[in-house]
Amino acid sequence: MEQKEKRALQVAACKIRIGAIEGVYHAKSGHPGGSLSAADIFADLYFRELHVDPKNPKDENRDRFVLSKGHTCPGLYAALALKGYFPWDELKKLRHIGAMLQGHPDMKGTPGIDMSTGSLGQGVSAACGMALAGKLDGKSYRVYSLLGDGEIEEGQVWEAAMFAGHHKLDNLCLIVDNNGLQIDGPVEEVGGPQPIGEKFQAFGFDVQNIDGHDFDAIDAAFAHAKTVKGKPSVIVAKTIKGKDVSFMENQVGWHGKAPNDEQYQVAMRDLNKVLSGLEAE
Amino acid sequence: MAEMVKKATRESYGLALAELGDRYPNVVVLDADLAEATKTVIFKKKFPERFIDCGIAECNMVGVAAGLATCGKIPFATSFAMFSTGRAFEQVRNSVGYPHLNVKIVGSHAGISVGEDGATHQCLEDLALMRTIPGMVVLNPADHYEMQAAVKAAIEHYGPVYIRLGRLAVESFNNNDDYHFEIGKGITLRDGRDITVIATGLMVSRAREAVKELEKEGIDARLINLHTLKPIDRDIIVKAAKETGKIVTVEEHNVIGGLGDAVCGVLSEEYPTPVVKIGVNDQFGHSGPAVDLLEQYGLCASHIAEVTRQALKK
Repeated sequence: MEQKEKRALQVAACKIRIGAIEGVYHAKSGHPGGSLSAADIFADLYFRELHVDPKNPKDENRDRFVLSKGHTCPGLYAALALKGYFPWDELKKLRHIGAMLQGHPDMKGTPGIDMSTGSLGQGVSAACGMALAGKLDGKSYRVYSLLGDGEIEEGQVWEAAMFAGHHKLDNLCLIVDNNGLQIDGPVEEVGGPQPIGEKFQAFGFDVQNIDGHDFDAIDAAFAHAKTVKGKPSVIVAKTIKGKDVSFMENQVGWHGKAPNDEQYQVAMRDLNKVLSGLEAE
Repeated sequence: MAEMVKKATRESYGLALAELGDRYPNVVVLDADLAEATKTVIFKKKFPERFIDCGIAECNMVGVAAGLATCGKIPFATSFAMFSTGRAFEQVRNSVGYPHLNVKIVGSHAGISVGEDGATHQCLEDLALMRTIPGMVVLNPADHYEMQAAVKAAIEHYGPVYIRLGRLAVESFNNNDDYHFEIGKGITLRDGRDITVIATGLMVSRAREAVKELEKEGIDARLINLHTLKPIDRDIIVKAAKETGKIVTVEEHNVIGGLGDAVCGVLSEEYPTPVVKIGVNDQFGHSGPAVDLLEQYGLCASHIAEVTRQALKK
């Protein structure tokens, strides 16, 4: 990837982080930690990988994206707003009564949302159904789904993994946001889904382990996934929960909590510093 | 007049899918390792490429169906009622109901007439569970012809639908030329004046026998077949209450949350009327031959007739 393209993705990711914090701050609730850890993945998906058109969000030939870890929609909403699906100001109405942006993704009301999610483990099954429909109809679209590393403690994820492997859904690419933290503490202490890659491998997946904040790595992983035939792909992306907001990074407490006025100012200062650094380069 | 047949509604379901498969190319059928029992095997043989065996994983099956529906397919996600509505309830609610996707949830082997398999497989909660999901249509057809019509109606209705299937063979009675199936419209099978019996599913055939028995004694009972529990036919219920003054409901389901409660809900709001509910009285079932079990739990013609006689005396 050229330096200029990479810089553009980094800028997009930073804006997604700003949008996620705006949303959660104005909602006075929501999930910042996992929105920030997944921001680079959202940026690469919506500004490089996915064949989607915000002017035609229901195009039957579009690539699909299912946010199986639906609670991190503040990040996804920011990516969709940045892409042009709806105005940026909608982010400030997140979770408000009568607002379009629900606390968890609602496909009925929000353009660009391909599946309603939020109950963990369910999105990945729907993604399997979309991939299977593509196979049945001989279409070339691809289906992407982002899961949390805590989410994969849900049994349904492994039912879906078995299904995807068995049906050889090579048009399906899962990404695990491996930020290592869930509500009750470190993932390895709470539920212990490790080793993640080996589990998916056992279910018939092509497995790649990458740094989820390195756009060269993300890009290469998506490119490789497209070359895999006869089996689904999973990209296990090592990430930092709360990335780029100083007081949120790697803090369990910032899974599902909104910053207060003072914390909001600090977060915006942190992120704007990253943004101006990128834009100055 | 169509031919008189005696078939289990699960078989009628499999036959209907196979028959309608050509006309509706977007129909796909999912099962969870029970195709021989739920009779989706009939569709599988004719359209193997549109049959998806999901293995013993009902929660994933419902999610896969949801994903297929977002891409324009009309999936029929089928298993025993206990599993498609019970085990996978939250998937039906969140992945199908909330996004209002065009998925048909199908529950076979509903009620205690599962028989020998016993309580773990006898679903007495499916109608209650499915009724609570906003936008879900709940169908409980009574015989072969009604099931065939219901499957077609479910395909043509956009949105989530639950269809309840039975294991036990039932003699058909809707094989007449003026039979008309419409979602949400009950059918008056006998137009009596003394009391009304409202039945659903397999119990309609039992209620028919009961009403015939009562007729011999000079009791003029109205009989209504409510094949749709949701949206419920308020008009037919209120009219019956006004014209006959007393109602008996009959269902092969827990008396909590099913037909009886749905009827009481309508009447308590619109025309308070005494209702006697026949069903399984908040108990689990147990193993035994289906017909014997139905008798033991009072889900047979003689008991329905007796309860109706008693209701008239009150």
